[in-house]
Amino acid sequence: MLEVRSVTAGYGAFTALWDVSLSVAAGEAVAVVGPNGAGKTTLLRVLSGLLPARAGHLSLDGISLTGRPAHEVVGHGIAHVPEGRRIFPALTVADNLRMGAYLPAARRRFAESLAGVYALFPVLAERRRQRAGSLSGGEQQMLAIGRALMSRPKLILLDEPSMGLAPVMVLRLFDLIRRVRGEGYTILVVEQNVRQVLKIVDRAYLLEVGRIKREGRAAELAEDEFVRKSYVGL
Amino acid sequence: MIDPIFLVEAAVNGVLLGGILALLALGLNLIFGVIDIVWIVYVDLVMVCMYAIYFAHVHGWPFWLAALGAVGLGALLGIAVHVLVISPILGSPPINQLLATGGLLFFIQSFATFLWTTDHRSVRFALPTFEVGGIFLPATRLIPFGISILAMLALYLFLTRTFAGTAIRAVAQDREAMALMGANPRRVYVTTSAVGGLMAGLAGALLVFQYSVHPFFGGQFGPLTFMICVLGGLGNMVGAFVASFIMSEIISIAGVLWSTEMGYVIAFVVFIVVMFIRPGGILARPE
Repeated sequence: MLEVRSVTAGYGAFTALWDVSLSVAAGEAVAVVGPNGAGKTTLLRVLSGLLPARAGHLSLDGISLTGRPAHEVVGHGIAHVPEGRRIFPALTVADNLRMGAYLPAARRRFAESLAGVYALFPVLAERRRQRAGSLSGGEQQMLAIGRALMSRPKLILLDEPSMGLAPVMVLRLFDLIRRVRGEGYTILVVEQNVRQVLKIVDRAYLLEVGRIKREGRAAELAEDEFVRKSYVGL
Repeated sequence: MIDPIFLVEAAVNGVLLGGILALLALGLNLIFGVIDIVWIVYVDLVMVCMYAIYFAHVHGWPFWLAALGAVGLGALLGIAVHVLVISPILGSPPINQLLATGGLLFFIQSFATFLWTTDHRSVRFALPTFEVGGIFLPATRLIPFGISILAMLALYLFLTRTFAGTAIRAVAQDREAMALMGANPRRVYVTTSAVGGLMAGLAGALLVFQYSVHPFFGGQFGPLTFMICVLGGLGNMVGAFVASFIMSEIISIAGVLWSTEMGYVIAFVVFIVVMFIRPGGILARPE
């Protein structure tokens, strides 16, 4: 479904990604793991069009997305849940979700999408009139994911969903991501919590200093000596 | 000792002036909140709209039609300022953007002087003055106040109850996140500039009731409007609304106690003092 070929990208004189290639098949859940500063966030920003790639190609279902700005990419079916959640704090929960269905095609299916999101995250329905900024960290992450689902995406990009959450909430969140996946969504997730994320994905890539160092099935990577020593902390 | 009735009258006049100041401040603040640029030129757009009303009036247009025309002209001017001046320099440092709108201000002032000379021109209204308990309330102040309150209510409903208005607030909070929702920031900017310009046109139509127009009209209200926005916390709509009435009361009451000039002096001193105590505006939490 998603094809990334030889992407190089960066900020100013700094190159954050070197010749990165990866793919995600329909229905798959794939993780990109690696240390801080490896370029994981940059990779997702390139995929959603927030950062133009310097070189390389991107495509989704055979449609080229190379060079498309973010507001066009979402219309092609990629929803990006950015690092730090980036909900609209002064808007209500319901208005945040309404903004998720900004594009006309998504707006036409608004009621249906909203019912789906509320079924998945009942706490959002309870708090729909509350300011989003007043939610707890875990609830804000659910809202950010719910808002992304409102655009009826084919592929969801999740950037560090467990960041800043209490350990108990981290486990719940990974469980919720598993349920989102159960709804038939394709997921590409970036995480530092390697051990947890490898339990909920099919495959994973290891990114280090802007390059793909390892790739393989999640179960294999979890057993890989290099990954275990460096990231899983066993 | 001054007769208390004059103070009450000054307080009432302060409220009436505050309504129009708030309309100006909200327009400027809306644009700043979304696009992150202070349109130093804002009140000069108001001035151009006032001229439009004056000339339409001279040519025999009924006032309501001239006012409606000014509102439309304001929206067009807002779009023009954004597309011609702001849009090309969106990526530049903020100081350059500020200087560009400042340059536009001098251009408009000079061009207005060239076209229309420095004569003060005013539309004369034959409207009654009411007396309530010894206080005189001219309709030329009551009508603009009433309309500005209605306009602000309409703006509030637009921003909170409509999809387009909610999108504008969302862009003001997080431009990049809103791009991820599919909103083209450039298009939201044009919409916002049109709404801000429309409010400038409306403010012009209301100011014409009490003030004559001349090329330097912007100097009379521009700095005050900017100060109100900063006092309320740039981008904070509620803050700007409250600050408008604080400023108009200071100017109005000090004007009765001493003189209008003294009123402005005190208003600016209050502004500077508040900036030291609460640099984020009156509604911000003290640091």
